[in-house]
Amino acid sequence: MSASTVSKVLAAAKDDGRAALIGYLPVGFPSVEGSLRAMEVLVENGVDIVEIGLPYTDPLMDGPVIQTAATRALEGGVRVADVFRAGRAVSATGAGALVMTYWNPVLRYGADRFAAELAGAGVSGLITPDLVPDEAQDWLEASEAHDLDRVFLVAPSSTPERLQSTTAASRGFVYATALMGVTGARTSVGSAASVLVGRVREVTDLPVCVGLGVSTREQVAEVARFADGVIVGSALVRCLVDAPDPDTGLKDLGALAADLAQGVRR
Amino acid sequence: MSDTRIGRFGDYGGRYVPEALVAALEELDEHRSKAMHDPGFLGELAQLHRTYTGRPSIITEVPRFAEHCGGARVVLKREDLNHTGSHKINNVLGQALLTRRMGKKRVIAETGAGQHGVATATAAALLGLECVVYMGRVDTERQALNVARMRLLGAEVVPVDHGSRTLKDAVNEAFRDWVANVEDTHYVLGTVTGPYPFPEMVRDFHRIIGVEARQQVLDQFGRLPDAVCACVGGGSNAMGIFHRFVDDEGVRLIGLEGGGEGVASGRHASRFSGQATPGVLHGAYTYVLQDDDGQTIESHSVSAGLDYPSVGPEHSYLKDIGRAEYYPVTDDEAMEAFRLLSQTEGILPAIESAHALAGAMRVGRELGPDGLVLVNLSGRGDKDVDTAARWFGLLPGQEDQA
Repeated sequence: MSASTVSKVLAAAKDDGRAALIGYLPVGFPSVEGSLRAMEVLVENGVDIVEIGLPYTDPLMDGPVIQTAATRALEGGVRVADVFRAGRAVSATGAGALVMTYWNPVLRYGADRFAAELAGAGVSGLITPDLVPDEAQDWLEASEAHDLDRVFLVAPSSTPERLQSTTAASRGFVYATALMGVTGARTSVGSAASVLVGRVREVTDLPVCVGLGVSTREQVAEVARFADGVIVGSALVRCLVDAPDPDTGLKDLGALAADLAQGVRR
Repeated sequence: MSDTRIGRFGDYGGRYVPEALVAALEELDEHRSKAMHDPGFLGELAQLHRTYTGRPSIITEVPRFAEHCGGARVVLKREDLNHTGSHKINNVLGQALLTRRMGKKRVIAETGAGQHGVATATAAALLGLECVVYMGRVDTERQALNVARMRLLGAEVVPVDHGSRTLKDAVNEAFRDWVANVEDTHYVLGTVTGPYPFPEMVRDFHRIIGVEARQQVLDQFGRLPDAVCACVGGGSNAMGIFHRFVDDEGVRLIGLEGGGEGVASGRHASRFSGQATPGVLHGAYTYVLQDDDGQTIESHSVSAGLDYPSVGPEHSYLKDIGRAEYYPVTDDEAMEAFRLLSQTEGILPAIESAHALAGAMRVGRELGPDGLVLVNLSGRGDKDVDTAARWFGLLPGQEDQA
């Protein structure tokens, strides 16, 4: 097993004495081509790792902004195979690429076949918001076979036993949710995130990245003080959802990404 | 392999949820496992059922309706006579008592037809719990009466505007609320699906339906029924009446699904007629209406309570091992059964339950005059008066179309 691109990007940021910035966008919104371009814009403006969302009809960990984007992407005809295209596009920039997906589309595609295509596209692995390691036998095997990262989530409610077992099953990094809730901007990050990151560090040496509710440069900077990576989703997606036209969306997206990138670089 | 995993019925079930909810599911499992062996808890629930729900519910033989069922004898298990008008109260009272045991102060629920929402609002009022009910916008419109009932009972009803704006989207929204508020909130899931332990727990709270009915039929007819018919949305009333009969090999267990405008039309809620495949939805591995990409396909049924693209995992298991049979009933067939029961017996069934009656008409014709069919009349039709009146063209100004 070799270090993934994502692992290397996280290590390089650490060598620079900073946290990495991870930006989420769903493939297929506002169009497949438009989403690929948007992901490139993230990288051009200082995002280190792109988390490529696979739109799903029943995204129960997502708030209204990402739900809206996912619904419109599905209405626009986005298909599972489009995440592999996005993976290739992001990989070509040299940035790290991960796919974030609910489990059923992978299950339907076949975990091993999905993993093979991910690896072929240069994607480092999967973030699985509704799959806990207890139910992940297929994915554990497929990710081993294709040398992919397994990013499971931990939450403020996770018991010590589950922090231990979940991090033991993880590869690449651990995704710590900053709060109890779904995706979407919040006015403050709160103390739960730093407490959770401290608990995770007691049981694993893997990098710990924090997401959920992080939307401003100040919040990014705050999280960057104690996490190895900061994950921003809804705030970026909102730029595209609110834009009157795709070009404006890309411009707003680039400006926000550049601003957030300052948060991990000061 | 499969039986070593937690909460499985064969391969089906499991716990496909965000990690944030796992601690709450484990807490729930611990409390309900203890409670189901605690005479104090069981005694309080039994007392509530006697003095509040109105249990045991009676059985009623319906000979005039049976004339349309090939002459077979037909007997109804009258869950429609329970307080709040359906079987849903059985599960809700159990979960509300558990909520109190867990020290939580707030309950949330999803609802399709509104029956589960009404039952949850009722139990919350009874036990002094705060209550929020999520309901798809489409359902709030077709079941407006139940929305008013929930609000009168002091619950907050939140219309859900995402996705298909029906039951599945209400479930998504309830899960989102639960992830954010799990510390003080219990999610009173209304059917036998969702992550473990919900399928087993909800079934166990409804099991009383079959336990009572089996004895009542034995007492009155001196034998077991040839078939038990129940409608299946998520499948709680069906699991409730089926479970006690599973070991009675001679008793056919027949689940009736929302056939909508016919399976061939694509507008239906029939998971078991070859349209659905095993997948994950709402925390369980079970049959799901889904496309080649694993995206959920929207279901359709005249009945809000059956309008659901997935089904409880234990039904998937019973289907695969051949212990239970499942058939679609179209909107037309269900409404004809609705009309027939109303006009031959003076009992207005819920449109959901009318699907089970249509199943009895079919199986009765197969069995003939020697047959005995038990039907779970899971709910009453008061909530459906508007829908049915429109269907039959009985509202003022509609007579022309009748």
